[in-house]
Amino acid sequence: MAHGAGGKASRRLIEGLFAPLLIGSSAQSLGDAAHLDFNGIKIAITTDSFVVKPLTFPGGSIGELAVNGTVNDLAVSGARAEAMVVTFVLEAGLPTPVLEAEVRAMGSAARDARVAIAGGDTKVVEHGKADSMYITTTGIGRPIQGLKIDPRSVRPGDKILLSGPIGDHGITILLARGELDLEADLHSDTRSVLPLVEALAHQAGPGVRWMRDPTRGGVATSLNELARDCGLGIVVMEEMIPVRDAVRGACELLGLDPLHIANEGQFLAVIAPEYADAALNALNSAPGGQDTQIIGEVREQPSGAVLVTTRYGGSRIVDMLVGDPLPRIC
Amino acid sequence: MKFVDEFREPEVISRTAAEIRRLADPHRHYRIMEVCGGHTHAIYRFGLKDLLPSNIELIHGPGCPVCVLPMGRIDDGLAIAQDPQVIFAAFGDMMRVPGTQGSPLEHKARGIDVRIVYSPADALKLAEKNPDRHVMFFAIGFETTAPSTALTLMRAKAQGLGNFSVFCNHVTIIPAIRAILDSPDMRIDAFIGPGHVSTVIGCRPYEWIAKNESRPVAVSGFEPLDILQSIVMVLRQLKADEARIENQYKRVVPWEGNRAALRAMAEVFELRPYFEWRGLGFISQSALRLRESYATWDAERRFVIPGVRVTDPKAAQCGEVLKGVLKPHQCKLFGNECTPEHPIGALMVSSEGSCAAYFNYEHRKTAMVSSISSVA
Repeated sequence: MAHGAGGKASRRLIEGLFAPLLIGSSAQSLGDAAHLDFNGIKIAITTDSFVVKPLTFPGGSIGELAVNGTVNDLAVSGARAEAMVVTFVLEAGLPTPVLEAEVRAMGSAARDARVAIAGGDTKVVEHGKADSMYITTTGIGRPIQGLKIDPRSVRPGDKILLSGPIGDHGITILLARGELDLEADLHSDTRSVLPLVEALAHQAGPGVRWMRDPTRGGVATSLNELARDCGLGIVVMEEMIPVRDAVRGACELLGLDPLHIANEGQFLAVIAPEYADAALNALNSAPGGQDTQIIGEVREQPSGAVLVTTRYGGSRIVDMLVGDPLPRIC
Repeated sequence: MKFVDEFREPEVISRTAAEIRRLADPHRHYRIMEVCGGHTHAIYRFGLKDLLPSNIELIHGPGCPVCVLPMGRIDDGLAIAQDPQVIFAAFGDMMRVPGTQGSPLEHKARGIDVRIVYSPADALKLAEKNPDRHVMFFAIGFETTAPSTALTLMRAKAQGLGNFSVFCNHVTIIPAIRAILDSPDMRIDAFIGPGHVSTVIGCRPYEWIAKNESRPVAVSGFEPLDILQSIVMVLRQLKADEARIENQYKRVVPWEGNRAALRAMAEVFELRPYFEWRGLGFISQSALRLRESYATWDAERRFVIPGVRVTDPKAAQCGEVLKGVLKPHQCKLFGNECTPEHPIGALMVSSEGSCAAYFNYEHRKTAMVSSISSVA
């Protein structure tokens, strides 16, 4: 199934099956977390499952991803993670030290993000039925004051911000699998983006219209979802998108587009033009936000699509990822 | 990044684009075929059409090995893979290419052992690591990838490795170009020659195109500047009423080709009397098979091959698009029944196929406002 790779197939599965049968027909914008109101008490809730091979890789591991991923999904929906519960699916025979290392990694990431781990569940499945371990985290959070995320509020002229270099996580994982005779000094970008989102909310909150963390399917998929949800065109300048040389080199060699590669520690934001400078300054002066760039803007056209322009005057439409990115050789 | 950035330098590119505009006679329509799928992909990815005057039309040629592979061959390969002993190994390019019962990836989802490899040598390593299994490498590609298959087979023979075989689908570029030139509805003024293939075969094999067919050829690299420079080269020739083979990709392509690679190919492969090309039909002496001396490693000799023949749906106009008679979007199926997710025709299959490239990068762009100024 291509449905897990975060691109078109995932979207079709959600829109065609899950949303109509489980949520009702009105799931017009599928955000990273749901915001609920119980008689005036507002909470945000999200859940995410983590399946990664290898379990540890330069810059992080599955345990750390499982905490940061859920913290980030809440953050880009405009909420601060407060607590989470954890489910482990373990393959029989998994060495205890491996499990312990991941539990420690989770604890450390949770402390850094100041989120409480409030409970959990463990299931053990037969040997060979799971790739060592799967982790699911479900987080609840409180809305961040002054932020309102809604793709329908996006207007032509709005600016698109990207918090830092893209593709580090996806390429790191690809190389860590050891199937390619390629080496690079590269590590996953896994981190909590909450401090950056809070800095943004503080300095430019009223101007923030939309946010998303471009995980599986990469920046191209997130921006295509935005284009579809707001019905406008997203125009991005390729030369403004920060990409490390190691990522660019690997992508050139393998025929991949960095815009389709997964990230675990970056986010995209659409900012009203009058707040663009304040937003950029807020992120540039926050720790870990120095590489933030305005990479493009919202236009009337091409409606519902993402257009990438190049330095030398050419342009191309960039679609969502179809299935997993596969290297081209021949 | 070296060997990349200098070929994407905006100033040089805009100078070269201006040179193209200067050379192109406004009263003439130019049809230039880029033979190689890598060029097709680059042209769309870099948006090069935006830089060309409207009377220069780029026709996308047959040089995408995935696109021209008949569906029956995929069915044959996957039939072998049904044997639980067999590991089916292929490049990532092949994984989403549909057979009648689904693509290799879909077969993998049903439990068939399908592996992505990055070179034939990796498939050989897989065989060494799994002595109780049989690894079959599903080989595709032009002269670009054929030498590495040949070298791998030479190694398998030297090692006496019995649990490895190759299902050979290697094809050769020259007969395909000839088929296109021989076609009565063909209308092409000049060629952008395939860069990667030429690193192996060199430039000489194209000389007949200039001599007998009076068409200029520029063997080209894959960066934006390479392709634009190659267009300048053929336009200059057309203007001077000349037809020569020029080597734009000198930094990689030796005029005489790569002798060691050609020797390896000659040691392992021989020409098939004929082979079917998707979209073009049967072309004589256009594909390679393993020589008798490599029979032990030839999957077609070791296994019972169903020999499936699948004809493309009549409505798919792949042949016309391949020959440049139709543009991708002029095919009746384009974008409706035939999309990159559910390809029906050959050219929608690989991202290097002209229909897929057009669909991914160009489709919907036409509706846009033409001027895109700086954004920030």
